[in-house]
Amino acid sequence: MLKNYLKIAWKVLLRRKFFTFISLFGISFTLMVLMVASSLFDHTFGPQMPERDTDKLLFVNMMREQIKDSYTSSGPPSYYFLDRHVRTLKTPEQVSINSVPSQVNSYINNRKLALEIKYTDQKFWDILKFNFLEGSAFSRPDVESANRMAVINEHTRNQYFGDAPAIGNYIEVDQVKYKVVGVVEDVPVLRVHSYADMWVPITLKSQDFNKPGLRGFYFATIMARNASDIPAIKKEYAQMLQTVERQQPEKGTLLTSYPDTFLESIARTFLSNGTTSGLPKLYAILVALSLLFMLLPAINLVNINISRIMERSSEIGVRKAFGASSSTIIGQFLVENVFLTLLGGLLGFALSALVLSLINDSGLIAYANLGLNLRVFALGLLFCLIFGLISGVYPAYKMSRLHAVEALRGGTK
Amino acid sequence: MITLSNIEKVYQTKSIETVALQHVNLRVPKGEFLSIMGPSGCGKSTLLNIMGLLDVPSQGVVEIDGQAITSYKDKELAHIRNEKIGFVFQSYHLVNDLSVLDNVELPLLYRSSVSASDRTKLAKTALEKVGLSARTKHFPAQLSGGQRQRVAIARALIGQPQIILADEPTGNLDSVMGEEIMNILLDLNRQDGTTIVMVTHDENMAQKTERLVRFFDGQQVSDAKVFANNLQQV
Repeated sequence: MLKNYLKIAWKVLLRRKFFTFISLFGISFTLMVLMVASSLFDHTFGPQMPERDTDKLLFVNMMREQIKDSYTSSGPPSYYFLDRHVRTLKTPEQVSINSVPSQVNSYINNRKLALEIKYTDQKFWDILKFNFLEGSAFSRPDVESANRMAVINEHTRNQYFGDAPAIGNYIEVDQVKYKVVGVVEDVPVLRVHSYADMWVPITLKSQDFNKPGLRGFYFATIMARNASDIPAIKKEYAQMLQTVERQQPEKGTLLTSYPDTFLESIARTFLSNGTTSGLPKLYAILVALSLLFMLLPAINLVNINISRIMERSSEIGVRKAFGASSSTIIGQFLVENVFLTLLGGLLGFALSALVLSLINDSGLIAYANLGLNLRVFALGLLFCLIFGLISGVYPAYKMSRLHAVEALRGGTK
Repeated sequence: MITLSNIEKVYQTKSIETVALQHVNLRVPKGEFLSIMGPSGCGKSTLLNIMGLLDVPSQGVVEIDGQAITSYKDKELAHIRNEKIGFVFQSYHLVNDLSVLDNVELPLLYRSSVSASDRTKLAKTALEKVGLSARTKHFPAQLSGGQRQRVAIARALIGQPQIILADEPTGNLDSVMGEEIMNILLDLNRQDGTTIVMVTHDENMAQKTERLVRFFDGQQVSDAKVFANNLQQV
């Protein structure tokens, strides 16, 4: 039966090429935009290099101090806080402390090269899965001895060293020379917890270590033993926060800080008061936006489909006469419409691949490497199905309601 | 096989009430070839649609195979049509986008008990019966009117229905083609014992059937057995 439906769906598409073009254009354009958005989303929040185990990773990137009846101040936490209270948590497998990237300048052939530098410990390299193109990360003794060593990204290597070898040579930034020990694949700027142009031992920033405040310029990257430990880590973190000494205890300072996935931290920052995760709200907004975006082209497709019904009234009459019930007719039309949408989806995939490569080449997002992976493909397929059903249900229902006798006469009802 | 008791059909619009059929009582025994004649608009096709469960009477009862068809749901009616009734229409109503073979297979799509390979086998047998086994891959637009009607007959008989309802099956054909189609229907009736009810405008065709019922203004005005071109009132 399915073969028969698909056969007829294909013939119907070929019959009115202009209608088909309009339908496919609408579908593929809509799906292209949704797939580009999905790819961007996956690129930012999905399991991508170097944050491959996103289900086991949490980040601490915010500390909010709220003084009762007075000001609220928030920003990244301090090394002092992370070292004393987060690194000592029992539940996580590993905790890394690393700085917020800051800008430094380098000069090569009288040309300024602005670079983002990140100070990290050795655990950073254990937790995150960077693609090393040359060399390796600096070792624990290097960190402990505060050796001036650096891992740089591919882009910086090409800019600074050109064709010359980088490993073992020195890169000078802000008048300080670092020996290059590793070159990694570029990390996209949207991976804010891992991204930088060069990474150097955190001990080179030891002047920050004993500043007693709770707020500073550091992140913690927490790795759970397995994904199921995440709630326990969050619980332990919340308990720990209760015990942290307040800066102004007499005024009742309220501390707010959470170990979150990157998506959670975005949702918490923009969609909640800071104490709730905001993630359900974020998902609801994303789903609503996607549906809204699909609605207009779906209405367009509904109109085209309805006008096509009249052309096929004789067929509907015949099918009913020979034993198709209304629900069978609905099923047939939905299958046909999903088939059309999947065709549009295929075109949409091709178009989005093109658009993504244009975005990658444009440099609009630094080191972007947007692409269509299995997750984006599955999401695209889901969009196709939803779109196919939204745009097919009403015409299919209308089609099934055609009275067999009227349908055989030419479909006046 | 088919019993119509006191059938009435009234079409109601906002301002006009049109009586299409009134007080129709008709019994078609199993294996009979009945023809229905009458001027245009006398209710012949409406009657055929009611017999075929494509339309519901405003009043009265339809019985198919001893089963009174009242308050049946859409799915149940579809099932009865699929199992027991085959239709042949004046304008063939073939699906132009499907090949001859696919058109003939269509009724069996709605029988989950028939596999795809059996469907194809049965469709080929049905096409053989109507002399079109060489045209399985053609599309309706590539066939003559007579050939299309033969495909339509193959489609009607593929499910081995007990009843075939034919609405002016020769109406769009010249006399030679019409004759061919009529012979196929007669063979079906005589060899397979299929009950056939045929609406026609053609007196000659009607004379070949076993019984002729005439309608005028929605009413049955005569009912006669046909004996070698002589009618004998029932």
